[in-house]
Amino acid sequence: MAYSDKVIDHYSNPRNVGTLDKSKKNVGTGLVGAPECGDVMRLQIEVDEATNTITDAKFKTFGCGSAIASSSLATEWLKGKTVDEALAIDNMEIVEELALPPVKIHCSVLAEDAIKSAISDYRVKNGLPALELSHH
Amino acid sequence: MLKLPIYLDNNATTPLDPRVLEAMMPYLTDVFGNAASRNHPFGWAAEEAVDYSREQIAKLINCDPKEIIFTSGATESDNLGIKGVFEMYSQKGNHIITATTEHKAVLDTCKHIEKLGGKVTYLPVNEQGLISLEELEAAITPQTILVTIMYGNNETGTIQPIREIAKIAHSHGALFMTDGTQAVGKIPVDVIADGIDIMAFTAHKMYGPKGVGALYVRRKNPRVKVTAQMDGGGHERGMRSGTLNVPGIVGLGKACELAMQEMAADTARLSAMRDRLERELLTLEESYVNGSREHRLPHVTNISFKYVEGEGLMMGVKDLAVSSGSACTSASLEPSYVLKALGLSDDLAHSSLRFGLSRFTTDEQIDYAINHVKEAVTKLREMSPLWEMFKEGVDLSKIEWAEH
Repeated sequence: MAYSDKVIDHYSNPRNVGTLDKSKKNVGTGLVGAPECGDVMRLQIEVDEATNTITDAKFKTFGCGSAIASSSLATEWLKGKTVDEALAIDNMEIVEELALPPVKIHCSVLAEDAIKSAISDYRVKNGLPALELSHH
Repeated sequence: MLKLPIYLDNNATTPLDPRVLEAMMPYLTDVFGNAASRNHPFGWAAEEAVDYSREQIAKLINCDPKEIIFTSGATESDNLGIKGVFEMYSQKGNHIITATTEHKAVLDTCKHIEKLGGKVTYLPVNEQGLISLEELEAAITPQTILVTIMYGNNETGTIQPIREIAKIAHSHGALFMTDGTQAVGKIPVDVIADGIDIMAFTAHKMYGPKGVGALYVRRKNPRVKVTAQMDGGGHERGMRSGTLNVPGIVGLGKACELAMQEMAADTARLSAMRDRLERELLTLEESYVNGSREHRLPHVTNISFKYVEGEGLMMGVKDLAVSSGSACTSASLEPSYVLKALGLSDDLAHSSLRFGLSRFTTDEQIDYAINHVKEAVTKLREMSPLWEMFKEGVDLSKIEWAEH
């Protein structure tokens, strides 16, 4: 499989790999995928509660180069966005940015799920209702 | 200076030995005759070369030169052996026994036999990749005409107990066939001592050219016959029609001659190199050798690295030409059926790498491979949430994963 230059770049130099302290109230964690499906993504956001802005984002991904690149890109995009702006990120934007082939679209879907799942976790921790997560 | 990528996929194919090419060259140019042309010196020269090749092959596997049937390769040989026996011995029975870890050339041929009304038993293997002799014996019926079990496995290198299998088959009046593709030229294979009646093998796994192989068919004790699967001029004692690939056959003969001369030295050097590679890679936590380490081809190792995803791993080891997951169907994302037959979970089967060394592999290349794989696995684990959970003592099997 030929990977795009952007996928190779994110794979070789992943942005924001790491772990945030999930015990903190302003940290939301999303864990999506399953080991037997070949991809597991964990995406975390840290939110400045005063401005509702994402100040930090970290990921760890078990998966192919496209899955790693999708989550790496997602963390780049999340930083500086408000929670509402983050919710609007669509998986097709990731597909376009990374030039993912059709067989790898599920990697972008997983990244979108991870973002929504992290936001939902943050909401629940802060007394808001969970998001209705659509399972693709 | 080390040239990248490094080729460590020698179970898929080997490079042509320059000495083999040299032997072949005249038959690609000046000596172009058809070995079946009996009326002029062009044909005689070609026939002489083919007969010489038969002798070279016969010496390597301890058979009579007349027992060699030339084919286009191991897949054709497997087809000819199995389908040929099924047709030839249809009066005697219709049952064939094989194993789940065979090559697709055997498994898909057996599926074909089933469509034709034949019965096939697919023996399971244990976690070492070995069949059970008791299960083999129990599977034999009065209808059993053939037991076909590969010599050495292409993915793990596991060597089956060939002599014992042959004895059991013979004691029940069945023929014994083996797919010797990975073993011939690598380890001593002796059709008399081993009790082999039919054996498929090919040139390009032992530094010969692609597109040429052979089927050994025993001529006495017992005299075995296979029904031709291709109609035509009745070449190869009527068992395989088609103008002989003279340069290829010369190459196969030369490759066998070289294998015989160099096997002992190659085995000593390659198994030492393989063991070093394996020892070093096993210093990575949660890495496992797949298949038997005791009964194994000297140049092969297959290792799974837990908590690393296979495709990501392949991308990480881009400077190495190796196989992952499944040897012959790497285009699909299905985990290897051979590794699954050994009892591996999907994720462990996906995260496996197969290393196949060759006569041309150097210590410098192995050094590079060791460092490259260690770096890739370490980097991917640092990025893996599963590795982090494992390190924290989380039982991953107890997590409810959100399937997508």
